[in-house]
Amino acid sequence: MSDTKKFLYVNRKAPYGTIYALESLEVVLIGAAFEQDVQLLFMDDGVFQIAKGQDTKGIENKNFSPTYTALGDYEITKMYVSQESLDERGLTIDDLMPLTYEDEDDDWAEKSSIIVVNNAEIAALMEEQDVVLSF
Amino acid sequence: MMLHTVNKSPFEKNSLNSCLNCAAEGSTILLIEDGVYGALKGSSIADKVQAAMGKVTVCALGPDLAARGIADKVIDGIKVVDYAGFVALSVENDKVQAWL
Repeated sequence: MSDTKKFLYVNRKAPYGTIYALESLEVVLIGAAFEQDVQLLFMDDGVFQIAKGQDTKGIENKNFSPTYTALGDYEITKMYVSQESLDERGLTIDDLMPLTYEDEDDDWAEKSSIIVVNNAEIAALMEEQDVVLSF
Repeated sequence: MMLHTVNKSPFEKNSLNSCLNCAAEGSTILLIEDGVYGALKGSSIADKVQAAMGKVTVCALGPDLAARGIADKVIDGIKVVDYAGFVALSVENDKVQAWL
């Protein structure tokens, strides 16, 4: 079918403090279920959504962070992360969960889904989408 | 004495900044919920938090740090407390100012 559109989910909120991150994830999975071209962008406090080592037992919330690591199985292979947002928070890519997918065009080799981008690249990324969803 | 609580991310709201500007010497600031991001080592606001630690005590709620995966990235000298510690701080101080 030719009605596949390019969707960008813009995630700008920290997890747990508000419901935005979890709601975004729900809609991401819906987009993937309808076989759309789904990409995620994590910027501002959104980069905290994919921080490594989240343990929510103490606040009695559901830890939904493992779901991001499963998105590769839904053919979501591009997770953009803002370099400027990491820098402002004293974070590096090593502070993020490893997010990977298996490349069917390369003998199912496991590859990283994370693409670090600067602000100019984010501007270009937004321009090339059919649909942008903001959370 | 006064307990100040901050529950918003310092990268999204100016709550922590206002709190640091207005907290009197000897008071205690407790970072909770998304406010715990203010305890992050090496962030753009870390220097301001560290500077304030000369005149105020800065604490952060452990379960909120752990949930966000930053329990091992806390500025040196910030006191990590549990829920019982939160209650104790509320009792020890005669007033609470919540920076929402």
